[in-house]
Amino acid sequence: MPSRREFIAKCVRGGLLTGLVVLGGTLMLRPRRDDENCKFNFACGSCSLSDSCNQAEAVSLRSTVWQLDPSKCIQCGRCATACVITPSAVKCTHAYVMCGYCDLCGGYFKPETKTLTTAAENQLCPTNALKRKFIEDPFYEYTVDELLCIGCAKCVKGCDAFGNGSLQLQIRHNRCVNCNECSIARVCPSEAFSRVPANKPYLLNGFGTERLANDKTQQEG
Amino acid sequence: MRKKAILFLLFLLTLFQSMESFAKQRFPKPEFESAYTQPETLQPGPRYELLAYLDVLVLLSTLSLISWLILKKRSRKGVFWISIFSLAYFGFYREGCVCSIGAIQNVSLGLFYSAYTLPFTALAFFVIPLVFTLFYGRTFCAGVCPFGAMQDLVAIQPQKMGSRLNSVLGLLPYLYLGLAVLYAATGTDFIICRYDPFVGIFRLNASFGMFVFAGILLGSGVFIARPYCRFLCPYGVILNWFSRFSKKHMTITPANCIQCKLCENTCPYDAINIPITVKNPETKQELLKKFILICILIPVLIAAGGYTGSKLHTTLAEVNPRVRLAKAVMDPVKMQEKPESYEIKAFKSSGKPAKQLLEETNEILRKFYIGGWLLGGFMGLTFGLLIAGRLITNYNPDYVPNKGTCLSCNRCIEYCPVKV
Repeated sequence: MPSRREFIAKCVRGGLLTGLVVLGGTLMLRPRRDDENCKFNFACGSCSLSDSCNQAEAVSLRSTVWQLDPSKCIQCGRCATACVITPSAVKCTHAYVMCGYCDLCGGYFKPETKTLTTAAENQLCPTNALKRKFIEDPFYEYTVDELLCIGCAKCVKGCDAFGNGSLQLQIRHNRCVNCNECSIARVCPSEAFSRVPANKPYLLNGFGTERLANDKTQQEG
Repeated sequence: MRKKAILFLLFLLTLFQSMESFAKQRFPKPEFESAYTQPETLQPGPRYELLAYLDVLVLLSTLSLISWLILKKRSRKGVFWISIFSLAYFGFYREGCVCSIGAIQNVSLGLFYSAYTLPFTALAFFVIPLVFTLFYGRTFCAGVCPFGAMQDLVAIQPQKMGSRLNSVLGLLPYLYLGLAVLYAATGTDFIICRYDPFVGIFRLNASFGMFVFAGILLGSGVFIARPYCRFLCPYGVILNWFSRFSKKHMTITPANCIQCKLCENTCPYDAINIPITVKNPETKQELLKKFILICILIPVLIAAGGYTGSKLHTTLAEVNPRVRLAKAVMDPVKMQEKPESYEIKAFKSSGKPAKQLLEETNEILRKFYIGGWLLGGFMGLTFGLLIAGRLITNYNPDYVPNKGTCLSCNRCIEYCPVKV
């Protein structure tokens, strides 16, 4: 009897449709409950509770992007290899306001360097992406060539250990393809990656426990 | 002199370096005498948020267009051109992310963790194709999904697989779906994204394993049409079940089937039900026997599957990085033998007590225990339904598409001599 079959199919169809609507409605409209100990680092949305989390404030926007927290980063070097794009979307980002403009830069020179010249054997950076420029005695400016930087964190480690920590790893959003699950986050040993609101996409460290502002963020297509 | 002083200072600083990882002002900000201006730290912003809504809009319009082309225009050419467009837009331009297949994980994570902010686009990409399928069959698979579109292009010499092989391999997507939901719901990993074979092609940049996997799929796809869609795709499982109850589904013939058999071998996906006319009808007793057998078999299979799943829960949980970390931290022998891994180093520098880690791990393991039961039960049910489906014969007089597995590619339509 086709009519009986059609009736059952109709009922199931109605049920499935209602199910979908209920699912979508609850997922979109329910208030976000903050989880005090969220146990997923790879797809963290936003908690407003704990200070150890990246988000100090509640996020009302649904649009999020990946970012890594330099204060959690242990400079393991996996960012350079784990990203889905080559070279990695994670690059060394120089927070100039924190730089001491040192002559003996822990991020630029290899530890045993005797002569502070730009000779290749002195440089820590494997791709010559960190450029050194004389400004005035005794200050030197360091700039990162984003096209050459592979995000290996060697300079970041040096600057963190001996300097002000102005060289920091950050996901560059003009390169990041914003994967559903960041493949670096998956292998990050210190759970430094999380999703951050898209209108504040950078987590640069400032001195102490403050963060540098995102106000210089330009929108790009 | 100054250099030496700085070096000495550095030495002192390394001695007194504290565990706090936030940056410290070891050197003051220089006061420049020359006309040097400090450059700004460039922080390029992400993609416009508005473009995410454009993606949803494109999905909606391509789905509407392809459904109209399949059901009303009955055109294969239209489906082909839509699939080229989807491949270009969702595939190469959007680089395969966000996709409906992966959105399963976002939705399951969103269901179990209310703290997770589910992106609007992920939900839209999950729900919209399902709604369309509920009305018009799997038109999404026909040409909107970039994965399907890509495999459809290489299906040059499709061979018949035989119904038994088809249904056994057809169990794989159920397992994949179950595992994907389990790992997403426990906040472990997004395995669909991790083992996605085609994003590497879309991004023109793949790891070796990904490249080999995609190569195998596309290479075998010449003879086995759409291997990923039929034997792996977890979203296909949900679409399959939604499509069985679809309101309108594409039909091979526009009017009445004249049993000419011309379409019989045209389906590359073995999705045409050939007519089974009543030859030797089963007696009521036989039917009752089968019914009782199914009624006993399915609960037994569910229980057996659930038990096996719960036994395997520790193995399943190994994937979770926190469980692995706890294992490494709790095992002092292993810790001394091996050079310290980055994970242990990071754990130590975070200053988190080992007890807290253990508690978290136990909580995750408890979730995996429940998840193991559910996953096993689900697989048992799937296997039971597979057997039930093979026991029951559905009599149908005409050549009709199998509503579950038909991908609405419209190839068979071209062979039907009946024209309106």
